[in-house]
Amino acid sequence: MTGDPLFHDGVDLVDIGIMGLKVVVAFGFLLVATMFMVWFERKLISDMQNRIGPNVAGPWGLLQTFADGVKFFFKEDLRPENADPLVFRLAPYISAVTAFLSFAIVPVGGVFKDVPGTTGTVNIFGRETFLQVADPPIGILLLLAMSSIAVYGIMLAGWSSGSKYPLIGSVRASAQAISYEAALGMSVVAVVILAGTLSTHDIVAHQAGGINTWFLVTSGVIPFIVFLIAATAELNRPPFDLVEAEQELVGGFHTEYSSIRFALFFLAEFMNVITMSAIMVTLFFGGPAGPIFFGLTWFWPTIWFMSKVMVFLFIFVWFRATLPRLRYDQLMDLGWKVLIPLSLFWLMFISLKELRASNDWNWIATYAAAAGGLLLGGTLLITALRAGDRAYQKDSEDA
Amino acid sequence: MGYLDGFKITFGKLFEERVTTEYPKEKREKPDRFHGRHVLNRYEDGMEKCIGCELCAGVCPAKCIYVRGADNPEEAPVSPGERYGFVYEINYLRCIHCDLCVEACPTEAITESKLFEFSFDNRSDAIYTKDELVVDDQGLPQKQPWELWHVGDDLKTSGWMRATASSGNPAYENRVGWSGELGYGVREPERGQQFDESEPQNLDGKDDQD
Repeated sequence: MTGDPLFHDGVDLVDIGIMGLKVVVAFGFLLVATMFMVWFERKLISDMQNRIGPNVAGPWGLLQTFADGVKFFFKEDLRPENADPLVFRLAPYISAVTAFLSFAIVPVGGVFKDVPGTTGTVNIFGRETFLQVADPPIGILLLLAMSSIAVYGIMLAGWSSGSKYPLIGSVRASAQAISYEAALGMSVVAVVILAGTLSTHDIVAHQAGGINTWFLVTSGVIPFIVFLIAATAELNRPPFDLVEAEQELVGGFHTEYSSIRFALFFLAEFMNVITMSAIMVTLFFGGPAGPIFFGLTWFWPTIWFMSKVMVFLFIFVWFRATLPRLRYDQLMDLGWKVLIPLSLFWLMFISLKELRASNDWNWIATYAAAAGGLLLGGTLLITALRAGDRAYQKDSEDA
Repeated sequence: MGYLDGFKITFGKLFEERVTTEYPKEKREKPDRFHGRHVLNRYEDGMEKCIGCELCAGVCPAKCIYVRGADNPEEAPVSPGERYGFVYEINYLRCIHCDLCVEACPTEAITESKLFEFSFDNRSDAIYTKDELVVDDQGLPQKQPWELWHVGDDLKTSGWMRATASSGNPAYENRVGWSGELGYGVREPERGQQFDESEPQNLDGKDDQD
């Protein structure tokens, strides 16, 4: 039996109640975590720049985000005259809703053991259930779907503003998101091939045997590195934040937005950072799996999960504090000429490895064929890149 | 490490000291020649130094000074010369405290105090007239209720401050090049500005640090 054991014996009112509770708790948790993330980013980046950062609202400035949120509610809600009224209003909600939905597939707790079957469940009101809002059969594909739809939020926001800077920002954003989604998807597929399942819960269950079973190790690190870079680009965070390059585009796609609509974009952006960190932890770092020491057994996995996510939140802020913004052609070069070929090659390598293991092919023949294929493919790729460079140079000389 | 060196630097900054001064809570000491709110100075006998020449108004890049000169009344002259500043207004909603008016003044009439913490809740408070700018009978700047004065802000506000500027020509060391003022008389030159060749001088104008 797959899927949430909550629904294995039919659905009754208690099940629905538990579902509702999970949704409300996840929603609240994500909102609070987003508020914390905004504070954390501002505080950490000022620490990295020898500044103090927000320290007036609440202890250590913890309530700063809350104060900002309240302020946003009371600001005037402007709509430019040239804006398309319906789409202009719709766009922030697309961004915010997709940001919320992606988090639904992340397992945030539950005791995972190396034994398949009844793992990763907790007992709420006498029912066994997963500690994640949903475990749909499409699993991790939901993330890709949601991040694709989120592009519409940005695209429509920029287009409907009826202003040039948002339009340029949104065109950049969509081009960037679409380019990096390919690399992102292929590093996800590497994990999916190894796990043999799309379900995030089962992916975590596969990594419950300790660090050497984490997909970070078993997939050979490269998918993780590609995923980390592509996710940073997908989130439009520095060094890939061309979408909001203040020096060129004022505020990018949300230039014309104010008040609570701007707050929704802001919320979605930081929520996506948390979701992406959580997805990375799920895919490569064993999610909530980890040793359980004493006391409350259901408590430890959630602690593990949160600490792993914290590490990635730190890394995202660290990126922002350290790396300068890429030029647009460098961004596209990195995406199309480095990350996509690399992840494609690694994906094929992993598939070959899995095929060989399941079909019991000969070692030497398999890897000799692989090396031959790599040589051929690599030569073709390098020739293509060279040809492109030559054409580019010829164009710039002609111009 | 190449590309990754930057990460080491930003991480190291986490453990360094913060450089922020949390302004309203802690205040830095102001330099002696701080550009703050203006004062109009008076001579020792109480006469005003301003002669209503309007040079300050002419040089002001923000056009915040309005001056009108008038002939001194014969029975009760306001300034020693022929003319005096009849109207003198500075609009502090415009003033950028560049001190060009102080440079332009031929009689050291207008100088700046070290006061900068003042705010208004209406426009007429922001436009200082002569009544508010002229120093009082002790030679100290007049204090308005919306101004936050600190100890020492109201001293050393006269042209003496400018004339003894440390960047001045060392040949003028100890020579009095300024007029007397109400409450102080002719102030003594500031000591310790003799150019000393044995001392290492920071002549290239660069900061000492880094």
